[in-house]
Amino acid sequence: MTVRLRVNWIACQAHGMCAELLPERITVDDWGYPIIDQRPIPPELEAHARRAVDVCPTFALALERVRTHQR
Amino acid sequence: MTLALASTVGPSAYWYLTRASGTVALILLTLSVVLGVLDVEQYSTPRMPRFVVDGVHRTASLLAVVFLLVHILTSALDSFASIPLIDAIVPFAGAYRPLWLGLGAVSFDLVLAIMITSFVRRRLGYRAWRFTHWLAYASWPIALLHGLGTGSDVKATWMLAICGGCLIVVLLAVWIRVLSGWPDRIRPRSAALALAAVFAGGTALWLPSGPLGAHWARRSGTPSSLLRPSAGRRPG
Amino acid sequence: MSDFPAPATLPRILAGLRTQGSMALDHHIEVHGALPLFAHRRRDSGALIEVLERSGLRGRGGAAFPTATKMKAVIASRGRATVVANACEGEPASFKDRLLLERLPQLVIDGALLAAQAVDAAEVFIAVDAGASLAARSIQRALRERTDASRNRTRVRLVPVPPGYVSGQESAVVNYLNGGPAKPTATPPPIFRRGVNGRPTLVNNVETLAHIALIARHGAAWFRELGTQTDPGSTLVTLGGAVVDPGVFEIEAGAPLASLVDAAGGLSAPLRAFLVGGYAGTWVTATAADELALGSDELGEVGASLGAGVIIALPSSACPVAEIASVGRWLSDQSAGQCGPCVNGLDAIATTLEQIRAGADPRTLGRISRWASLAHGRGACAHPDGVVRFIRSAIDVFETEFADHTRSGPCTACLQRQLLPTPTARLSRAAA
Repeated sequence: MTVRLRVNWIACQAHGMCAELLPERITVDDWGYPIIDQRPIPPELEAHARRAVDVCPTFALALERVRTHQR
Repeated sequence: MTLALASTVGPSAYWYLTRASGTVALILLTLSVVLGVLDVEQYSTPRMPRFVVDGVHRTASLLAVVFLLVHILTSALDSFASIPLIDAIVPFAGAYRPLWLGLGAVSFDLVLAIMITSFVRRRLGYRAWRFTHWLAYASWPIALLHGLGTGSDVKATWMLAICGGCLIVVLLAVWIRVLSGWPDRIRPRSAALALAAVFAGGTALWLPSGPLGAHWARRSGTPSSLLRPSAGRRPG
Repeated sequence: MSDFPAPATLPRILAGLRTQGSMALDHHIEVHGALPLFAHRRRDSGALIEVLERSGLRGRGGAAFPTATKMKAVIASRGRATVVANACEGEPASFKDRLLLERLPQLVIDGALLAAQAVDAAEVFIAVDAGASLAARSIQRALRERTDASRNRTRVRLVPVPPGYVSGQESAVVNYLNGGPAKPTATPPPIFRRGVNGRPTLVNNVETLAHIALIARHGAAWFRELGTQTDPGSTLVTLGGAVVDPGVFEIEAGAPLASLVDAAGGLSAPLRAFLVGGYAGTWVTATAADELALGSDELGEVGASLGAGVIIALPSSACPVAEIASVGRWLSDQSAGQCGPCVNGLDAIATTLEQIRAGADPRTLGRISRWASLAHGRGACAHPDGVVRFIRSAIDVFETEFADHTRSGPCTACLQRQLLPTPTARLSRAAA
């Protein structure tokens, strides 16, 4: 199970609080919009990722659980 | 007269508490409005990132509600005037200064709406939450009028200074908020600026003939059984 | 299957097309035969999807998604389905969808009704560009002509959609049908699960529907007689620019680009490059184009894909920098304006291109690279991705011209009338 961040680009209004709370995975571009590092979120960062998702005033950030298939 | 005096054995502690908590609530609500504007304007400093401004806004608002609850409880418990708890939610139905007390209920109802929608905002959806949140701009001036109309300390200089200070601060915050998107949607913005200025100016002009004028207690609807003759009166 | 004689070669969709006018119902039946019996019975809808799966038909709206797979996804979703026949071709240089509606409306309606049957939909919406009044009238006339059983069971409605480059995107059309603006939406949930009125919605390009109408009659094996293993059947392509007879052509999938150019009467001027796939596509040099086949594998090797089937021949007399700068600005203006990275990124790219056209520091080219990587993949729809691909390939193919412009500013070719279309009529309507 990998945990990833996903942005709803229509809802996002570049508040940038997510980047403040999860700098390990989120930086902002020239216009304040988040650049998401798509590496999976390790368990030790999950609580911070959840905080970043909760603080977004427009609910533009979401945590996605993707089942990884072992082949 | 003496019978009315006998019903209270000196000023009750609840009376002091309700005045104090009401005043603190006003200050906290002012702080909440200011922080709310800073929040939406994405204000930050290196020591105070945006998530901190956002967090303090939420906390200050919750604290304001706590003080409001104390204010409501203690005013109901104060035996001087009969103010049932329901008067805090249903406006204009009470016996004591119905209009001015009722404004407090209206303001509190709006605060409740804002608080409840904020707790369930994810389920509610962004637009409904945002729209309800704007009611804060109505709740604050109504709260101020309630305080000036029912407040026992309204004639005191320190109280007028607090109210005046809060009014100026909120006026500035509203103006900053309205001007930040200028000249987008210029007509509603101009109307908002004008409305805020008219409210501030109007309130100031009203004070001398209103709460600061003669016989305000009677004029504002204090039940006659609670009114005392002009000599030796207790404020309220 | 029908035992009506199936066309052995091309044309298939364009068969029986006269020089003008739309094909009336009786002529349509003369050319293609009546809809086969199984198409009238709803309980045979599983059979149709099976045929489509074996045929390997992929969508012709640009995304090339396997049609049968899409239908199955709609069926697997809860609720009564809806079908949208999408004729909103946002590419200014594309005319195939308009041609289908104006001249072959009965074929499109056949396909739409078959699709409705396949997913058990109660309603079909035909989404047409609001500016395409001829196409709209043609479809309305064609609908009035039909009295057969399928038509009476399924409601077919024509809906004009405000024009715009992104308005024809699947979720944008559905958004408009749901009462919103013709702008893409963030999708979860996917359209096949929740679309028009919250129902599972099948959105098919009208050319895809035309192919469905023929496959239902002649079968999967027939469809695969043309084309290749990976790209079966035939496909419509709009060829424009420096060719003698620009227009819409039906080609065998995977055919060589050279044969298409021949069908258009050959080049009308010395060629600089081809644009393959419209404004979300890729530039291909004249030399590479010589041997190029229009199959997905061959195109993939040069980083291109057919998209919505738009190909433009750019002559050497045009200034690529001026053309790209104009189109770049137009594409930036065509952004739905909903996503920050797209709005800002495309604007920055367009401004930089305009600076290069006027003569600028050679380092400005590097900045485009930066904006491009910031815009790519960070929007609700594929618009910024398409623009980035278009611009990146332009900078690569027209390296010399871009370098010349940064050094010396505007060239004589800049004064030429603009070749690549950037319709303002569409823009002003989209802004309304």
